[in-house]
Amino acid sequence: MNTVLRKLQSLAVILCLALAAPLSMPAFAVQPDEMLDDPVLENRARELSKGLRCVVCQNESIDESNADLARELRLVVRERLVAGDSDSEVLDYLVERYGEFVLLKPRTDGWNLVLWLSGPALFLLALGIGLVYVRGRATAAAPTEAGLSADEEARLKEILKDS
Amino acid sequence: MVTELGHFALILAFLVAIVQSVVPLVGAQKRWPGWMAVAEPAATVQFLLTGFAFAALTYAFVTSDFSLRLVWLNSHSAKPMLYKISGVWGNHEGSMLLWVLILTLFGAMAAWFGKGLPPTLRARVLAVQSAVAVAFFAFILFTSNPFLRLAVPPFDGQDLNPLLQDPGLAFHPPFLYLGYVGLSICFSFAVAALIEGRVDAAWGRWVRPWTLAAWVFLTIGIALGSWWAYYELGWGGFWFWDPVENASFMPWLLAAALLHSAIVVEKREALKSWTILLAILAFGFSLIGTFIVRSGLLTSVHAFANDPERGVFILMIMVFFTGGALTLYAFRASAMEAKGVFSVASRESALVANNVLLAVSCFVVFVGTLWPVVAEMFFDTKLSVGPPFFNMAFTPFMVVLGLLLPLGSMLSWKRAKLDRTLRQLVPAFILSVLVMGLFWTMQTGNSLLGPVGMFLGAWIVSGALIDLMNRTGQSRDLSRLLRLPRADWGKATAHIGLGVTMVGIAGLMAWQEEDIRVAQIGEPFQVGVFELELTAVNQVRGPNYFSTMGDVTVRRDGNEIAVLNPEKRNYPVAQMPTTEAAIDYRFLRDIYVVIGDEQADGGWVMRTYIKPLANWIWAGSILMALGGVLSLTDRRYRVAAGARRQAAPQGVPAE
Repeated sequence: MNTVLRKLQSLAVILCLALAAPLSMPAFAVQPDEMLDDPVLENRARELSKGLRCVVCQNESIDESNADLARELRLVVRERLVAGDSDSEVLDYLVERYGEFVLLKPRTDGWNLVLWLSGPALFLLALGIGLVYVRGRATAAAPTEAGLSADEEARLKEILKDS
Repeated sequence: MVTELGHFALILAFLVAIVQSVVPLVGAQKRWPGWMAVAEPAATVQFLLTGFAFAALTYAFVTSDFSLRLVWLNSHSAKPMLYKISGVWGNHEGSMLLWVLILTLFGAMAAWFGKGLPPTLRARVLAVQSAVAVAFFAFILFTSNPFLRLAVPPFDGQDLNPLLQDPGLAFHPPFLYLGYVGLSICFSFAVAALIEGRVDAAWGRWVRPWTLAAWVFLTIGIALGSWWAYYELGWGGFWFWDPVENASFMPWLLAAALLHSAIVVEKREALKSWTILLAILAFGFSLIGTFIVRSGLLTSVHAFANDPERGVFILMIMVFFTGGALTLYAFRASAMEAKGVFSVASRESALVANNVLLAVSCFVVFVGTLWPVVAEMFFDTKLSVGPPFFNMAFTPFMVVLGLLLPLGSMLSWKRAKLDRTLRQLVPAFILSVLVMGLFWTMQTGNSLLGPVGMFLGAWIVSGALIDLMNRTGQSRDLSRLLRLPRADWGKATAHIGLGVTMVGIAGLMAWQEEDIRVAQIGEPFQVGVFELELTAVNQVRGPNYFSTMGDVTVRRDGNEIAVLNPEKRNYPVAQMPTTEAAIDYRFLRDIYVVIGDEQADGGWVMRTYIKPLANWIWAGSILMALGGVLSLTDRRYRVAAGARRQAAPQGVPAE
């Protein structure tokens, strides 16, 4: 079998269960020759590219990746900005070409609402359950220190009566 | 020969594990002491056999026995000794062997330190632990055998990924596994308690040290990985919200919740069924993590070829143990009746709040990690969930947690006076507001993150110090501090550590400065308050790599403060380049320099970062781990056997 594949297999597995960090090539992400002269535009470009996924990489933004495609995307972002696009227009432009996959921050519409709202919803639910539980504990009867249940108490009385 | 013996030992351990997972369980059910007594020696034998198998594999790596397929794939004769050894777990098969070794180690430790447990509970804990081991032994032997030979041994190996040839990463996986697998003991205790049908204060006391230990190891393991990413990957990122990172972070969050809720079980015999559920879920998430990483279900930056067959096997293990335990839980949980009574304003309620926040934040990470799969399966859309989502959805819970922490940790048990505790915290609040104001006015830009992080850090740290001072009583006799139980010191240290980490994360994310340019040799340039000069670039030869090394002088106000040597390495055998950033570590900020490619005009691409408070992230993690260790050495665990006798009569049968 081809050795490249086998090597890939053997490579990163140290991290497998583990975490750590991207097993990518060293990052020479943004190159000096890409950068715009206008610092305001360049700043916007950097912020935008932090939220855009390098579609051929594993899980990196185009700001971090040194893949060729990431470089192309960085240049596209800058071109659009220079052409006068707003931030959201740049994003729409890229989504049109590469799909929603390119956005690292999922949109807040349609089914994605489930993603965005499930956390807060569960929090409210858990808070409610927690409050009910805590209030229940506050009003619950203290356990009898003697450790006798009502049944046992009755049984004890019975025994005492018998004797 | 040694290899074959190792292989044989592994098979024997598998057989012992099968016996240990059945015989004691039957013995405990039928009350046959002889059958129950099998568990303890079996656990020891299982550990020794697995240890021998692991030693045999290590021997093959150390002696570079390339007739072993695994050694040939992951080692090279010219590799430094440290990485020959760490290469043992630098691959799928070897890391699974390490996983099982730790699993059996914990089983054996439960047998050795569990002398004070009631015999039936002890037999059941060891049997459940061994059942988990059976599954993983089978996984190794049938799908991922590390002892396979090659028919024709090659002359030399293919080397380990150079990114992994690093001291920080050599010890990152063992610590993580100790954490992941440590949670298996909590799982075994939970399942055994469900079979027994009773949970009491003593149970909480037994489970807590194991949880603490697992949490400490996870903390160290995650911190090591994050630190490695910071200095190795070349742009100083420390956390990427990658699926594989999340896989280790979710058990960490749940373990943190579990070690807090176990306190309530121990002190008040409340939150019992919730604590059992947490113990099951915490290990369940460790298994989910294993599944996510080894199945290739999610695209992760931890790229390695996955084998669907292995993925399915682990999925089955996960479904069997988590599903089985949860089913058992559904039948038995109602029997876990809460006993203790406490008012709404009390430490117990604060710990409930802690659990709500930690569990929900874990859920957010879980949903975010799996959402791409859900979206693709059900809505037919390919989408990504990246750092921007997690930063927005996860951070608020941590902020609330940080705000509540000093208050909650100072409330009295059972019935607290809220206004009294709030009054005690007024100085801490004033200090924190001042700190926040100071940073708000100092910073450029309007980032809220930095000042809020500073506020939380100051609030948590000063709150923990006030808590300690309160313990000296009216007299303010500082010598009393030394006589406080270690658990109190552990609590303060771990909480301070959390505050320090929050300060580091907020500072680094809010105020990092970056400079990217083509630097000419001998032409100084300014980054922030520092002046940098690339004075030379040399070609250097390392043991198994070639390096392009820059000499960078850093000056401040004309005085030289550091000479940094950023490198670009090339490993010829693995044919992979790496960057070695040069970092000037300082208390308040790091200077982080990376050298890139040579340009046509003779200049070199250089990236310089000023990273404020970066070290605080890991200093805080060390403090958290240290706090855990302090708690672990508390007297009540060391004399746990005696304490159990006092606690035992309070337990009532749950049925």
